[in-house]
Amino acid sequence: MPTAPMITTPMIEVEALTKRFRATRALDQVSLSAQAGQVLALLGPNGAGKTTLVRVLTTLLLPDSGRASVAGLDVSQNAKAIRSIIGLAGQYASVDELLTGRENLELAGLLYHLDRAVYRSRAQQALERMALTEAGDRPVKTYSGGMRRRLDLAASLIGRPPVLFLDEPTTGLDPRTRNELWQLISELVADGTTVLLTTQYMDEAEHLASRIVVLDAGRVVAEGTADQLKDRLGGNVLEVRVTHRADLGKAASLIAGIGSAPPRLDPELNKTSMPVRGGPRELIAAGRALDDAGVALDDLGIRRPSLDDVFLTLTGHATGAGHDESGRAR
Amino acid sequence: MTGLAAQHPAASPVPLTIRLALRDVGGITKRNLLRILRTPQLLFVSILQPTIILLLFRFVLGGAIHIPGIDYVDYVVPGIFLEATLIGGMTTALALAQDLQAGMIDRFRSLPMARSAFLAGRTAADLSRSVAALAVIVGLGVAVGFRFHNTAGACLGGIALIIGFGYAMTWVYAAIGLAVKDPQTAQMAAILPMFVLFFASSALVPVATMPGWLQPFARNQPATVTIDAVRALFEGGPVFHDLWQAVAWCAGIFIAFLAMSLNLYRRATA
Repeated sequence: MPTAPMITTPMIEVEALTKRFRATRALDQVSLSAQAGQVLALLGPNGAGKTTLVRVLTTLLLPDSGRASVAGLDVSQNAKAIRSIIGLAGQYASVDELLTGRENLELAGLLYHLDRAVYRSRAQQALERMALTEAGDRPVKTYSGGMRRRLDLAASLIGRPPVLFLDEPTTGLDPRTRNELWQLISELVADGTTVLLTTQYMDEAEHLASRIVVLDAGRVVAEGTADQLKDRLGGNVLEVRVTHRADLGKAASLIAGIGSAPPRLDPELNKTSMPVRGGPRELIAAGRALDDAGVALDDLGIRRPSLDDVFLTLTGHATGAGHDESGRAR
Repeated sequence: MTGLAAQHPAASPVPLTIRLALRDVGGITKRNLLRILRTPQLLFVSILQPTIILLLFRFVLGGAIHIPGIDYVDYVVPGIFLEATLIGGMTTALALAQDLQAGMIDRFRSLPMARSAFLAGRTAADLSRSVAALAVIVGLGVAVGFRFHNTAGACLGGIALIIGFGYAMTWVYAAIGLAVKDPQTAQMAAILPMFVLFFASSALVPVATMPGWLQPFARNQPATVTIDAVRALFEGGPVFHDLWQAVAWCAGIFIAFLAMSLNLYRRATA
């Protein structure tokens, strides 16, 4: 993050963008922008319109109305020029299963119109960088999920694009592989690449992005840094974990009056939580009420809100809930 | 254009020349040929299917079919050559639907490559496979008694016409694959034109033996005129009338379905 004020140019600019698929508005008057070198996360559940926006910006889909540009180039008028300055890595890991890792990278390099010597050496470097040297000459169908994503990422970077689109780069990966990929992405974008990242995961947005745009049902519902978004909740979260699941409903109704919003239940974790304005006073009040009623507790505490809490407050539903992603209409 | 974009040399893209477009076609063709070589079972099936038809009509059914003025083996084998290229084209539909579903088409469409190169490279690779399958079937045809009776030039012309027809049909299959999007459906949908064009044609029996309502279609459809022209080129005899019709059909099919496929590709979404 720049510490001193500097003049920045938006690398990605979206203004009042609307895209309909039959009756549904996949994107509804979406406006956002990303400065050069910034990592912007588009956060939202399935069906929020994230993929649709990426498809518009990568020239795969024309918008119905509004404007979208990459590096000052309009997606409707300069699609060809945009394609030579962007990279796209998708949740569907679009690498060829029957080709080897190296063949995939070299093909991408060729189609970026790099010289043969250049794409061959870049493919070799990329394989080393992505820890795929040994697997490089094996067909991709023998790769693990994490290896495919790394290869997909490498293929999207072979043209050294100044703007990179990562559509749910870690969806479906196990936590360890996710962490590895995050590490890799952080390193790769450290050189000033502008990145637009879509994700359903709060921690991913928080980890990788300097700014977050929250999208729900095709609309921007909030925008800012992770901290700014958390501040919108205006306080803390009171969390109660009961010993016996049967007590969960009772506990929730006991503390209901204390918070600034009704408590939310998480039966899987025997947990109920709600936003509170203050802190210690609410905690003591809740403890007293629960103790008087004889509810056995495993845990009782106050914590800073997570982005999940923010999302819930902003949209009224959790991040996991969702409909079909209309960008890839089935 | 913003000042920042100008700092990136890539932001002023290399203009798409014919040379670069051809290089794109070459890259895509190579990719698809590698895929064909690495799925030998598909290649095998596309040779096995016409082989079975060949053996069936040569040995099982052929004995019951008598066509005046020509040995049945010489009558039926040219039609099976054509069928060998038709069946090969079905894999075009399947492969494109697979690419669409796997997100490969998204990747290719987001690259600065020539847009037409993706389909040109697909059909070029499939053409190579058809030619390889055709070579095997020609060898088999000769092994079961088929003979070329005309000059070498005319016979080569007949082979070229078969390949030309097969290539034109590849674009029909390309359009099917891009339109239906789902690999299983693509495979089923691609069987249809193969069945209609091959069985309701002069490939296996003369059109005159078919019911009256079917004859106008069977006599004038592209597979019939192509097979009749090929037969004339292999056997000798008047060829001009069928040949120009066959060439016109191939050119017409090629142009119409090339345009349709390019349009479908441009708007492709899985």
